[in-house]
Amino acid sequence: MTEVLRLEGLTKSYGATPVLKGVDLTVRRGETVCVIGASGSGKSTLLRCVNFLGYPTAGRIYLEGKLVGREVTDRAGVATMRYRESELCAVRAHVGMVFQQFNLFPHMTVEENVMIAPIKIRGLSRQEARKRAALHLDRVGIPEKAGAFPGQLSGGQQQRVAIARALAMEPAIMLFDEATSALDPELVGEVLLAMRKLAQEGTTMLIVTHELGFAYNVAQRVIYLHEGTIHEEGTPEQVLVNPTKPRTQDFLRGVTTFRMPEPRLGPVDQASTSKGA
Amino acid sequence: MPYVWDFNFLLQLGPLLLAGLANTAKLWAVALAFGLAIGLVMGIFRSAPSAILRGIGTVYVEAIRNTPGLVQLIWFFYAIPILTGLQSSAWLASAVSLSLYTGAYSAEIYRAGIASVEAGQWEAARALGFGYRDQMRYVVLPQALMRMIPAFGNRAIELAKATTLASTIAFGELLYTAKTIAEDQLRPLETYTAITLIFTAVLLPVSYLCVRLERRVARNNGGAPRD
Amino acid sequence: MPYEWNFAIVLKYLPNLLEGGAHTIALSAASIALATPIGIVMGIIRQQRIPYLAPIAVVYIDFFRTSVALVLICWCYYALPVLIRVNLDTFTAVMIAIGLQASAYMAELVRAGMQSISPGQWEAARALGMPGHTRLRYIILPQAARRMIPLFFLLMVEVVKTTTLAGVVTYPEIVYDAFRVATEIYRPIETFTIVGLICFVFLFTLGRIALYLERRFAVVER
Repeated sequence: MTEVLRLEGLTKSYGATPVLKGVDLTVRRGETVCVIGASGSGKSTLLRCVNFLGYPTAGRIYLEGKLVGREVTDRAGVATMRYRESELCAVRAHVGMVFQQFNLFPHMTVEENVMIAPIKIRGLSRQEARKRAALHLDRVGIPEKAGAFPGQLSGGQQQRVAIARALAMEPAIMLFDEATSALDPELVGEVLLAMRKLAQEGTTMLIVTHELGFAYNVAQRVIYLHEGTIHEEGTPEQVLVNPTKPRTQDFLRGVTTFRMPEPRLGPVDQASTSKGA
Repeated sequence: MPYVWDFNFLLQLGPLLLAGLANTAKLWAVALAFGLAIGLVMGIFRSAPSAILRGIGTVYVEAIRNTPGLVQLIWFFYAIPILTGLQSSAWLASAVSLSLYTGAYSAEIYRAGIASVEAGQWEAARALGFGYRDQMRYVVLPQALMRMIPAFGNRAIELAKATTLASTIAFGELLYTAKTIAEDQLRPLETYTAITLIFTAVLLPVSYLCVRLERRVARNNGGAPRD
Repeated sequence: MPYEWNFAIVLKYLPNLLEGGAHTIALSAASIALATPIGIVMGIIRQQRIPYLAPIAVVYIDFFRTSVALVLICWCYYALPVLIRVNLDTFTAVMIAIGLQASAYMAELVRAGMQSISPGQWEAARALGMPGHTRLRYIILPQAARRMIPLFFLLMVEVVKTTTLAGVVTYPEIVYDAFRVATEIYRPIETFTIVGLICFVFLFTLGRIALYLERRFAVVER
């Protein structure tokens, strides 16, 4: 499979505090990778660096095999990356991002939220964009809400619109930053179901999540991030069921919602079986 | 030929300007003191449970805030001697009208400050057996006052600007003094430039101080009331 | 002996006062027309911290924000013509003074409006790959405008009040005309009571519009 995203030695510090300490990671086309870890382990920072909402302090990011930015070596021989804003806009347009807080544009209808970027960035006509919006709203299961304003929707619906908004740019990879953490428990299932459907359709996804049941069922690969480094990596079975590192074991022991013997009783599964998927 | 600036005559007339500045300061201090006192009473009226008191407060505040300060000043200038029989005086008219002017705006600051105190504080005080007056006096106002300080600072700045209105009825404050000097010396450019800079030099630092205070109060309380 | 009020005689001169009122409104409108574009540009420059221009905007805004309207008016009318060697009519001089000061308030309004848009909105627009000007134009400014419009009406109230100072430099606005009426009929309190009422009705209405818009937009945003 071709690689979509490759991170090499990704480092990010806030002032003197290092948050990411050299992360190497490759995501291939059609792959779903889940990143788990305690709060403060650098999960969100990792995602925000991938689409340059935060600038990496050091390290290289390749998108579809192409290095983002330009490497310059100063007189002391230290190599640093330089980024141009216009290049980063193009990168972000190829990377879909779903936020914890949805961040829908409240002054636009659902349909306009999904249409605005394809029209303004990709130069689509309104008709094409409307068709595309309908397609993606259908994919996330809310075609009927096109004319509503975000304020009239439930949190779960808003988050699905946000997913459609990102999908409408037809990105090479989708990033999910704790997409269900801000939702009431009863609304989590519908969003996870939509994400699961995307995974089954072969969407390339990098997902930061606390929903270990979801990670177990949907991810091809799970990464346990600890203090800014990849501590353990492997199949869901390897990382979530038979972790070899003591840190990972400690973390999983602390997470009570994930019941190891019967992971298939999670909310996702109930939702999907009721739909007969 | 470019204009030749000359500020020398202003330095010689320094004592005159200082006298004007002293009159500005006097008017400012008196109007601020009376204004804050009137504002406190009217602010409490505006927050009172009694509809009559609220009505009085509202009429006062709306009347002052929705008419130009200059019209108020001129009105008092003519009305005071006619209605009270007192001698017509630019000083009295300026002091009265600017006090009432500041009173109306600061009443709104008090009202907003009182409203910003959580309902739980009133309830806790009531539960302790305080009457309305004591709830206000011992529990609500002390908390509200801290949050109002930056807004009062801004009010004080606006009042300092408003004192220049008194020049229109020939009260000898800074701007009036400048006007006489400018006409006397035929040097309006230097004179008015100097006055502009004097006001900026005084008000700008105070304004920065208010912004800093505002941030501090916002940090402590999660939001300062504004006028 | 109590004072005998006589409003009837003032009412005969009501057309004079209303003509002054029309001049006041014309002057206010011109000042706002000058202030709005300058204010929007200055506000955006300051909020976006645009290199090199932002410090200029800060100085400009802070200077006019803390300067005194009447002093500025006197400066523009008496001093500015000396400096630029062009005679300004009173309308132009006062419009420049009030317009520039109002532009500083307008800039602060724009800045506060943009600031009040949550960081998530800026980020979501960035994450979609929108360049800076697209973000501002389609995402930030439309939302900020809604919050600013009520405050814009309050700014108009302040501008109208400030234009009554134009009489000091002999522009025939409402207060100036009132003086002429008052000296003619020798009824100053009645005249200025009527002037106060005219101003009140006009400004109170503007204030209510602001309040109405504020509530309406608050409901839409929820």
